[in-house]
Amino acid sequence: MSFGLQLVVAFFLLTGSFFALMGSIGLWRFGDFYMRLHGPAKATTLGVGGVLIASMLYFTFTTGSLRLHELLVTLFLIISAPVSAYMLSLAAKKEASRERGQRH
Amino acid sequence: MLNIVIWISMAMIGMAFCLNLVRLIRGPSIADRVLALDTLYINGLAILVIFGIAIDSRVFFEAALLIALFGFFSTVVISKYLLRGDVIE
Amino acid sequence: MAKKVWLPHPLLSLVLLAGWLLLVDDFTLVGHWVFAAVLALCIPHLIGHWWPPLPRIADWQALAVFVGRSLTDIIMGNLQVARMALGSQTGLQPVFVRFETRLDNDLAIFMLMSAISLAPGSVSTRFDEETREVEVHALHCTDEAELVAEIRQRYEQLLQRVFAC
Repeated sequence: MSFGLQLVVAFFLLTGSFFALMGSIGLWRFGDFYMRLHGPAKATTLGVGGVLIASMLYFTFTTGSLRLHELLVTLFLIISAPVSAYMLSLAAKKEASRERGQRH
Repeated sequence: MLNIVIWISMAMIGMAFCLNLVRLIRGPSIADRVLALDTLYINGLAILVIFGIAIDSRVFFEAALLIALFGFFSTVVISKYLLRGDVIE
Repeated sequence: MAKKVWLPHPLLSLVLLAGWLLLVDDFTLVGHWVFAAVLALCIPHLIGHWWPPLPRIADWQALAVFVGRSLTDIIMGNLQVARMALGSQTGLQPVFVRFETRLDNDLAIFMLMSAISLAPGSVSTRFDEETREVEVHALHCTDEAELVAEIRQRYEQLLQRVFAC
């Protein structure tokens, strides 16, 4: 594998893991649940997407034929991340209202 | 060069793992813990794919796909459980 | 049935074909293409009774613009989350915004809410089926009316053109 191609794969790997880390830092630092939701909802798509694209390019370059396997997981994550964020926000709202009901 | 980059990104995802675990243990509400778990499995998927590049093997793709499917599914089911109080309506 | 329909759901057939070929990850062997075509032909007929028909896409160009805009917004949204996660959190003003959507089919609303969730600074948290209201949580927002106007202008109008509703 030539140096230029390695550079491309390295770029995608580093951006992917950087954004995954940023999402987790957001999850760790933000103050309340809805703010925490922002980190994972966005960072998982681009973070893991970057890593998966890096893997796709790496195997396409090393085997010499088209390997688009990982595209499937990337697309699935892009579709599923907003859905799980939505479901979790509904659950959090329900939980908060249940706790409020218990206190009164 | 790629070797070093793989180690760096593995370290970054590992740090993300630790932060998620902190949130998983500390999270005040159940929804917080589920969110942390959700992020945790996606980061696990990422580290598995990076490991696949590191040892130049493609056998981990199926595992990654299954982790993505089951992780999403379990997050939705747990949210449903929190919403209704029982899994079966 | 007066006319025999070969492909009741053309888009679903296309997704099945592409999905199978991506799963086996081999585009050279003819056998995989044949089997993928068989799947793409048979499965829509098996589930055709209860699968809700997809709304017709009126404007393919608008759909392409929508997909491109969502993909660039993913990158912008990530950069913004990264900046806010690293920066100080004292100045942030998280706020809930509600607005009524003009879209009237489920797929369009799903696409709108996904685009909002992936866009910078906002996550869609709720959709009320009775009042047709979408609730959006913004990470930092000083002008609610402007946020709603931006969502309307960037996504909703485009989706109205895509599905002609």
